Amino acid sequence: MNLLLAEHIEKQYAHHKALDDVSIAVQKQSVFGLLGPNGAGKTTLIRIINQITAPDKGELFFNGEKLQAKHVSQIGYLPEERGLYKKMKVGEQALYLAQLKGMKKSEAREKLKIWFKRFDIYNWWDKKVEELSKGMAQKIQFITTVLHQPQLLILDEPFSGFDPINTNLLKEEILKLREEGTTIIFSTHNMESVEAICDHIALINQSKKILDGNVREIRNSFKKNIFEITFKGNLIAFTNALWTGYELLNTKSDGDYTIAQVKTLSSNNPNELLKSVLPEVEVHGLQEILPSMNEIFISKIKEQNHLQHG
Amino acid sequence: MGKIGIIIQREYFSRVKKKSFIIMTVLGPVLMAAIMIVPLWIAMQDKTVQRIQVIDDSGLFQNLLQSDEYNQFDFTPINIFTAKENFYSTDYNVILYIPPSIIKGNYNVQLFYKKQPGVSTEMFIRSQLEERITDMKLFANKIDVELIKKTKTKINLSTNKIEEDGKSTQTSTAVNMFIGFVGAILIYIFIFLYGVQVMRGVIEEKTNRIVEVIISSVRPFQLMMGKIVGIALVGLTQFLLWTILTFTIYTVTYTVFLGKIDNNIEQIEKIKQSQLEKGPFNAPEEIKKMDSSEVIQIMRGLKQIDFVALFLCFVFYFIAGYLLYGALFAAIGSAVDNEADTQQFMLPVTVPLILSFVVAQSIMQNPEGSLSFWFSVIPFTSPVVMMVRLPLGVPVWQLATSMILLAAGFIATTWLAGKIYRTGILMYGKKITYSEIFKWLRFNS
Repeated sequence: MNLLLAEHIEKQYAHHKALDDVSIAVQKQSVFGLLGPNGAGKTTLIRIINQITAPDKGELFFNGEKLQAKHVSQIGYLPEERGLYKKMKVGEQALYLAQLKGMKKSEAREKLKIWFKRFDIYNWWDKKVEELSKGMAQKIQFITTVLHQPQLLILDEPFSGFDPINTNLLKEEILKLREEGTTIIFSTHNMESVEAICDHIALINQSKKILDGNVREIRNSFKKNIFEITFKGNLIAFTNALWTGYELLNTKSDGDYTIAQVKTLSSNNPNELLKSVLPEVEVHGLQEILPSMNEIFISKIKEQNHLQHG
Repeated sequence: MGKIGIIIQREYFSRVKKKSFIIMTVLGPVLMAAIMIVPLWIAMQDKTVQRIQVIDDSGLFQNLLQSDEYNQFDFTPINIFTAKENFYSTDYNVILYIPPSIIKGNYNVQLFYKKQPGVSTEMFIRSQLEERITDMKLFANKIDVELIKKTKTKINLSTNKIEEDGKSTQTSTAVNMFIGFVGAILIYIFIFLYGVQVMRGVIEEKTNRIVEVIISSVRPFQLMMGKIVGIALVGLTQFLLWTILTFTIYTVTYTVFLGKIDNNIEQIEKIKQSQLEKGPFNAPEEIKKMDSSEVIQIMRGLKQIDFVALFLCFVFYFIAGYLLYGALFAAIGSAVDNEADTQQFMLPVTVPLILSFVVAQSIMQNPEGSLSFWFSVIPFTSPVVMMVRLPLGVPVWQLATSMILLAAGFIATTWLAGKIYRTGILMYGKKITYSEIFKWLRFNS
């Protein structure tokens, strides 16, 4: 079941086309990664989902219904360009933003208290935002984004500017929210976080969608049949064992162990590989190397740019 | 409560709670009251009796200078050097020294003092001397002083408006103009002061980067209008508090220090009324003088103005004018990243406003000319210009045209500003040009 469906979205700005026939489907209770380099059109798509701007063409559906104004209260949005009123008190400000999302003041106050206690920031309630550090302000921003328990949470570059501790805290909260039933769209050009968090992704480059699907499936489809073997023993014997059907890409030694990357040329069966090397060396580990999202990302974008310019 | 209500609330309370608002609200009336009261107070201070020691070496003025309530001339036959030496052992406040050279036409007279005497004392002394010298000159040329005095005439021009139905009402042009002008100044100041606040507010939201969070919850137009209305309410609150406080301070001080003046006016009114009953031809000299008293003319003029209608018109132009300009200021704020960049866009908005103020002044010379007509009908200048014209009487059709156009004007500017605003607030780090803004107006739907 899809929570959000965007079909054939197009958006033209004065100087350039921001989105060209982009469609995405976001499954309920999943983390959907919206990837792409800067200026690809991610933020435009997110703004369209948030009904900040309207698409020139295409349709959006939320929970099966056509996306409309009432859905605003079902969506929580943490934009890339985010901030708070500096002169306003933390508690007041959080209440204000919650009310704009349609919450009752009393209800918002109760929930805020719970969140503030959970993040251990209850004593900040009457502080002005300008007195807070950047990391503190980011916590508040996150709380105000999720307070109204949106069905869809949209996070645009959520980790930018977060220190490692807060990044971790945020990751945990995101996954917790997914467990509780929230669907999350996660926009980033930072690929490391994608593998850890995302279930599905769509890759957008130069206003077009160039790749989408399940993260695991995508990585499998891009795999190059490379295995990493950790062993103890003679490197020459190991090399000889892989004489036919394999290509030894590289080796490095790690104390008593040697770590070798091997590409299988004929069959892609790790058992076959093991059979060949077992008589020669003492195997301590075998692992298939899947390409990282970062590699896929770079190669796909290079490929597309090459097609366009070459 | 709708979302726009929540926004208005925040815009209102976040400003009203500020220290600067409270300080301004208290200081404003104190300053206003000071401007009104201090000159009167200073005038009162002057009213201590000044004892003037006159040393007349010319011998022309002996006992000719007439003392009044507050200035007492005292002729002493000592020479100026001893007088100056003994100045501090006497209780004279000033020494007036008239040198003998005055006979030869050298009119340099000297005044010595312990404490600077008031302007009124100086003026009194000067006029006394001048009058005496004039009299002497007239006498020397064998001209009858009494005759000259009789030829001096003062005309009392009372202005009357005759309506089409033949009714005639006495008006006071000066009073009408004054009231209109005060209204115009208030509108002008209000638009400028709070229009710029709208602009600052928009820039603040943009530079704080909070705007995108908010417009994911409400429509940009709601945010813009909420801000404009909220700030208007702040302005109205401030004006109301100023009026109340100024009035209170003024009344209290007035009754404590200057109550006498009021009594005088009442007395004059009473005397005049009782005298007039006897018939104008028997009216003694005194009444003719009083009739020309400006205070009474002003009071009579005030009675002729329809204050309810004038106030309602004022409120309309006040609010509609502010909304028209407020939307434009919001649009400017949305198009820039910081206040320094506002200059190029401020000009086309402030020029009509300043122009209307300049025109308002020239309209006082010719209230019914074509300049007055056009500027009081064009929406950008009508709030200020029409206010000046209103107390002087404006044909109903002109007033209606002006109001309809202004209403249409603020709907149009708000709509245009809304378009610029919703694109502008999401633009960062780009120098925006006019052609860029026109593109926003054309492209986004």
